[in-house]
Amino acid sequence: MAKPPKPAVKPGDDAQERRNFFTKVAAVVIGGFVALVPAATGLAVFLDPLRKKSKAGEMLPIAPLGVVPDDGIPRQFAVVTEHVDAWTQSKQPIGAVYIRRLPGQEQPECLSATCPHAGCFVAYDQPTDTFKCPCHNSSFAVDGAIIEPSPSPRAMDSLESEIVDGEILVKYENFYTGKAEKIVKL
Amino acid sequence: MKALVDWLDSRTGIRDLMHEALYERIPGGARWRYVWGSTLVFAFFVQVITGFALWMYYSPSAQTAWESVYYIQYQTAGGWLLRGIHHFMAQAMVVLLALHLMQVIIDGAYRAPREVNFWLGLILMQIVLGLSLTGYLLPWDQKGYWATRVATNLIGVVPLVGPALQQIVVGGADYGHHTLTRFFALHAGILPASLVGFLVLHIALFRKHGIRYKLPPKFADTSFWPDQVLKDAVACLAVLAVVLFLCIRPMFSGEVEPGVPVTWGAELGAPADPSNQYSAARPEWYFLFLFQFLKLFEGWGESGELLGAIVVPGAVMGLLFLMPLIGKWNLGHRFNIGLIVILLAGVGYLTFAAINEDYQANWTDRGQFAELIPVIEELGNDPEKINSHFAGDAAKIAEYREQYKAYEHYRKSDEYLKAVEAAEVESHRAIELASGPQMIPPTGAVTLLRNDPFIQGPRLFAQHCASCHTHLPPPVAGAEPSPLLAKASAPNLYGFADRAWLTGFLSPDHIAGPNFFGGTAHAEGEMVGYVKDTLSGWEADDVRKVVLALSAEAKLPAQAAADAKDAAEIEAGRALIANEENCTMCHKFGETGELGAAPDLTGYGTREWLIGMISNPMHERFYRDANDRMPAFAENENGEGNLLDAKSIGLLADWLRGEWMRPSHEQVAAEPAAEPAAEQASSAEK
Repeated sequence: MAKPPKPAVKPGDDAQERRNFFTKVAAVVIGGFVALVPAATGLAVFLDPLRKKSKAGEMLPIAPLGVVPDDGIPRQFAVVTEHVDAWTQSKQPIGAVYIRRLPGQEQPECLSATCPHAGCFVAYDQPTDTFKCPCHNSSFAVDGAIIEPSPSPRAMDSLESEIVDGEILVKYENFYTGKAEKIVKL
Repeated sequence: MKALVDWLDSRTGIRDLMHEALYERIPGGARWRYVWGSTLVFAFFVQVITGFALWMYYSPSAQTAWESVYYIQYQTAGGWLLRGIHHFMAQAMVVLLALHLMQVIIDGAYRAPREVNFWLGLILMQIVLGLSLTGYLLPWDQKGYWATRVATNLIGVVPLVGPALQQIVVGGADYGHHTLTRFFALHAGILPASLVGFLVLHIALFRKHGIRYKLPPKFADTSFWPDQVLKDAVACLAVLAVVLFLCIRPMFSGEVEPGVPVTWGAELGAPADPSNQYSAARPEWYFLFLFQFLKLFEGWGESGELLGAIVVPGAVMGLLFLMPLIGKWNLGHRFNIGLIVILLAGVGYLTFAAINEDYQANWTDRGQFAELIPVIEELGNDPEKINSHFAGDAAKIAEYREQYKAYEHYRKSDEYLKAVEAAEVESHRAIELASGPQMIPPTGAVTLLRNDPFIQGPRLFAQHCASCHTHLPPPVAGAEPSPLLAKASAPNLYGFADRAWLTGFLSPDHIAGPNFFGGTAHAEGEMVGYVKDTLSGWEADDVRKVVLALSAEAKLPAQAAADAKDAAEIEAGRALIANEENCTMCHKFGETGELGAAPDLTGYGTREWLIGMISNPMHERFYRDANDRMPAFAENENGEGNLLDAKSIGLLADWLRGEWMRPSHEQVAAEPAAEPAAEQASSAEK
């Protein structure tokens, strides 16, 4: 049952002002709490990606050594692996690399095809034997070294590779773009 | 009726409300220059309506986003128009925003007491740009995917919080389902909701302050309704007309030809694929100036990107926000007008520069480089070679460097245009496959392209075969044969085992030529000898029968009709081949002849035959130890350690045989073409 309204109290009535103060505090606290609970829950879920780690970084088989002749010409390969995307898992390409072998060398050199400037797919330009990014004109020598002047702050990202049973394995990683240093995205 | 309105009015006060809304006083009368705000509200309204309808079909996930947009565009009645309107109205909105902003600044409508409303307008502009940025990704096609990668990578450049921010926007470390769900929540929820909120405040404040007009007004005052409303409506009609025109523009540009797929409304690229090189990546046209701006920071290192992507654009936005305060200063208004003119000129210039860089090959004559190209091929950019070629003549070297630069610019543009063309081919193909009888598998449309001989064949061939073989159609009449042909060390496999190919192969003039055994050890071999010495003496009609019979072995899809028609001659040809004094002296053919001396002609050129040949040319069915340098791509039957997997070899075989899913209108066209093509090819040989 609602109580009838109390008669208005003149200003300066301490008891009434105290009551008013507590009413305000209670209204703000309760009102704030009911708003905060959904907001905080939403925010927590919204920030969940910060906990997620990239699976990249394992040695992944790319191609048999035989498909990369030792002619110094880089060849493009897709990096295929069991990829987890939130609720799905399937074997699929997650990126691409360039692999080349210098004459007489067994050990291949491997470069990520992702431009270290802003992440476009760098193309190999056969007539000039250089790598050229189709986006902001960064260009790189065939060994990945930066060709100045370039908007890219660093050379193409080299990737660790090894040969196991005649198969080229590459440690495929993503790096932050636009940084002078090669920092792995974890 | 009146009673009803009276009742409603007594409960809601609707009459006053309507009166206030419609009879706002417009000092100096209704004018065309006041329409921009209304057209923007109209454009937003259109986006909400079309957006809701799109929402009913759209499904944000890596395997369903492209697929559901494809379904809207190609399988839903009016879907192309709906998507087209949404797509082009978004662009119209950006143009209208620029006009609205320019007018407000030039008229000084940002000055007291309208500062807050100016700021609200700038916030609304940010929201609209955010909507277009997020919307670009949603189809999950190559274009949106690569543009968004760049945009989100740039977020990572922000000091300290950049990487975390990037991860939150992308929805994890990698692009995928959660990138789409987040962008969609922004695009269809958070951003439009904020836009509505700010728009309400913007319009409320606008009503509070009224239109800013020049004193003294030349004409009598009017009210918003109906004079200004009519002008606004006409302006909205004009906007809608432009948008509709853009949706149906192929009708006017002559792109409509029977049998050629036409993109009505907005285009849809090939499905996103992180492993598929995409050199046609560009942002939406109204962001091209930012894209071009980033190119300017050559040699700035890490700070260049921070300046170009974050600091300078942020500072410019900051300056816009300060305009009302700057305007208080005596010359402030002139400064602001100067600033907006300079900014728009800069944006215009950068946009033009970006377009010029990409498209200059379209209006550049390649002929002007004709003399230069051999020099460039020899010298390139090698300082030593250049120096010695020009004997140290500084003026000539400088001239060469200029020419080299011009040529490289031309070549870059040419490469870009080729990439755009290749992207179009791929997107048409993806749509063709998705529309085919197989439809789209649950793994998404990207699987269709990965399993398609038409798309994968040329790539596999370029990577694994093209260092020896060519795949060149016969040159058109009068044209020079490709220089690649002379360099090749193995046969041209274009049309392998079809009638034209075999006609050339069994011709004494051509078998040792560059299209066949010319570059191989077989040029001196027994087959060449047999064709030159023995077969050359045969009746032409008998050779023809052998060609028809052997070609029929391949069961090429493009020749099915011709093979059926020539059944009698094929039967005669089979008898000629099987005759032990002819081919089966060395070759095996069905039940006659033996393996061991020469390749098996049984099922010559079939899928199975080609797979066997590619897998292991040293096998007894093929060349054994007479094999000339061709690697065995799949020597081990268990698949371990092979150069190519079974799927890739199958794709190559299918592609070489011209065997891939064709849309129904092409199936009809392909068959009768087989015979004339054969004649053309053999005449081109000569």
